[in-house]
Amino acid sequence: MKSSDAFSDRSTVDALVRRVREQAAGLPRQVTFMEVCGTHTHAIGAAGLRRLLPPKVRLISGPGCPVCVTPVDYLDRAEALAALPDVIICTFGDLVRVPSSRGSLEQARARGCDVRVVYSPRDALAIARAHPAKRVVFLAVGFETTAPTVAAALAEAEAESIANFQILSGSKLIEPPLRALVTDGELHIDGFLLPGHVSVVIGSDAYAFLREEFGVPAAVVGFTPADILLGILELNQQVLEGKPRVANLYSRVVRPEGNRHAQSVIVRFFEPVDTRWRGLGEIPASGLGVRAAWTHRDAATIDVAVPEPCEPHGCRCGEVLKGLVEPPECPLFNTGCTPDTPVGACMVSSEGTCAAWYRHERLGTAA
Amino acid sequence: MKRSDTLLLAHGSGGRLTHELVRQVFLPAFDNPYLRTLSDSAVLPDLPAGRLAMTTDAFVVDPPVFPGGDLGYLSVCGTVNDLAVAGAQPLWLTWALVLEEGLDGELLHQLVDGAARACREAAVTVVAGDTKVVPRGKGDRAFAITSGVGVVPLGRDLGDHRVEPGDDIVISGPFGDHGATIMACRHGMSGSALVSDCAPLADLAAAVLASGAEIHVMHDPTRGGVATTCHEVAGRAGIGCLLEEAALPVRAETLTTCELLGLDPLYLACEGRMLIWVAPRDTPRLLQALQGHPLGRGAAWIGRTEARKSTQAAVILKTSIGGERPVDLLSGSELPRIC
Amino acid sequence: MCLAIPMQLIERGEWDGTAELRGVQRQVSLMLCPEARPGEYVLVHAGYALATVDEEEARKTLEVLDQVANQGYTPE
Repeated sequence: MKSSDAFSDRSTVDALVRRVREQAAGLPRQVTFMEVCGTHTHAIGAAGLRRLLPPKVRLISGPGCPVCVTPVDYLDRAEALAALPDVIICTFGDLVRVPSSRGSLEQARARGCDVRVVYSPRDALAIARAHPAKRVVFLAVGFETTAPTVAAALAEAEAESIANFQILSGSKLIEPPLRALVTDGELHIDGFLLPGHVSVVIGSDAYAFLREEFGVPAAVVGFTPADILLGILELNQQVLEGKPRVANLYSRVVRPEGNRHAQSVIVRFFEPVDTRWRGLGEIPASGLGVRAAWTHRDAATIDVAVPEPCEPHGCRCGEVLKGLVEPPECPLFNTGCTPDTPVGACMVSSEGTCAAWYRHERLGTAA
Repeated sequence: MKRSDTLLLAHGSGGRLTHELVRQVFLPAFDNPYLRTLSDSAVLPDLPAGRLAMTTDAFVVDPPVFPGGDLGYLSVCGTVNDLAVAGAQPLWLTWALVLEEGLDGELLHQLVDGAARACREAAVTVVAGDTKVVPRGKGDRAFAITSGVGVVPLGRDLGDHRVEPGDDIVISGPFGDHGATIMACRHGMSGSALVSDCAPLADLAAAVLASGAEIHVMHDPTRGGVATTCHEVAGRAGIGCLLEEAALPVRAETLTTCELLGLDPLYLACEGRMLIWVAPRDTPRLLQALQGHPLGRGAAWIGRTEARKSTQAAVILKTSIGGERPVDLLSGSELPRIC
Repeated sequence: MCLAIPMQLIERGEWDGTAELRGVQRQVSLMLCPEARPGEYVLVHAGYALATVDEEEARKTLEVLDQVANQGYTPE
């Protein structure tokens, strides 16, 4: 069933797993590596990779999943907009079942709101062209991988004077939470597996601060099992040698300087803003907001009543997202909060830490 | 009603236009003595010896025409296949349509032609039908509801109750093609070989049952795909299903569509495939029977059944790199994602 | 947040092109990757090409994998 891609070759992966085990034997203690990309979490889960790692190598998931970290007030605002009679909400599939204060967008659609799933921001633009009497609001979530695609869609809307296309900006930046994680006194992360596709846009040089300011091992990696294992081998090696650096192991698409076109279109339409992260609270300059020159594209300016946001009581997502506690230590885990009835960020995504734990528990293995 | 016409509410009111619709569109397409009587009920001859099997399904697929089929063709195949996997010879169908005012005559003809073609391929007869027309906006162009009856020969007893730990799980061909094709249509992907697997399986099922292999149960993995069907069998038979990722047959076009949209082929519907639980000593014989039939060429062993501890997941996938992961029951349908 | 796959650009216009992988085609925008040439592989995310795939670097990474698999890990 797997593609014939050489990066998924069984014998190569077997050999890499053996190397990780050999290498881990030389580690002075257990190491904890964190990946900060929902797609990495998903890839690791789908391949069943965790079970193959030796006990000395612990892999945890950080706050890199746009589904998990999109705050409740963003979704509340999206729902309030959806309820307006002339609005069509266009969204990536990832957000459709995420619960807000009132319920999910899926439930809003059942109540009569026009909510449509799209694969690309351009598809949302096409819907705006096809329905000139309606207002299309695109829910722009994601990290730096997705932000330039949204900006490019805005550029196209401007060039063609498509007036009825707006975005609700919820894009996030990867550097601020990384800084927050390394400066957190309670956390001890021995190395980062850095998000390969965010890096395509921002460049591997963007992570230089991890070495220069904090001396933390890091590797930019792709998404196949071989890529991820190569990243673990690299991080182990950096730990063993005491020589932290930012290794670019995804050089087939990641350049040191990144994608300049993508960076400039982001800067044209967006600026860094303070933003809330579900489970982590507010992080300064960690999100992208629409620049004042493009206010007419910003759906946040539409006047709607939005309920007061409330983080669920007792939820320990913030600590789980940082890898400080394990899911069963949260009082809501498997009581009110399950994959079918998710309360907090970590259960919302199928590969969020708590959702993954809930499922793997039934295999009799640790997640 | 001609192909260039548009459907009106009056076509469903029982009057002159309805009669024209029946006589000019449905009767010629499905022509048979039972339908021709146009009586309130079809009165049918005695059934062959055996037990009566009966099923019903509603079909709402969007888009109504897709590469490899259409709602009409699908609505007959789906019902025929439900009977076929139960071990029944499908015989008679009813076909009811709920149509939206304003429906394009060309589309209606296409759906009727599709259904008629499926009937010929499956050697089944539509013996009764109905048409209703709802006002514009109250229905998505066309919905079809098909019921079917067939006969399970004496002595044949297929069902989840016969599944045992140690049974092999075999699929009659690559899976997920129908679901992937529908998703591709909706999101701008195309390809000459990106085609639904929709097909009537009565003949293939008969070949399987005639092969002499000890078949315990057969299912068609439609809504929710292979994963959901395995869950259902696991739940009803009280066993676990262990699937082998490296053995799963998925066509390149389906795999690519899934990779682009972030979908898992295990959850995508098939409309022309059978999942079969077989006594393991007969797996080679079963595979031979399947692979010798045009609709079973890509048949493959995909896993086995095992005894299950209460804390264990119902369906587990052994991944192609030697890991393991649970295959969950979906909370909702698969959606394209960016993450 | 980064589902993206490499596809081959089979034809292009000024800002758009057709990308293909294993028989599946889709229109992609080249606004973020205007230098992509037909025949090259591009990384496609949400309907946009984000980068060209550097075949030479891909080959080097495969060599590293091969070497690690057979001999053990030595960082660059």
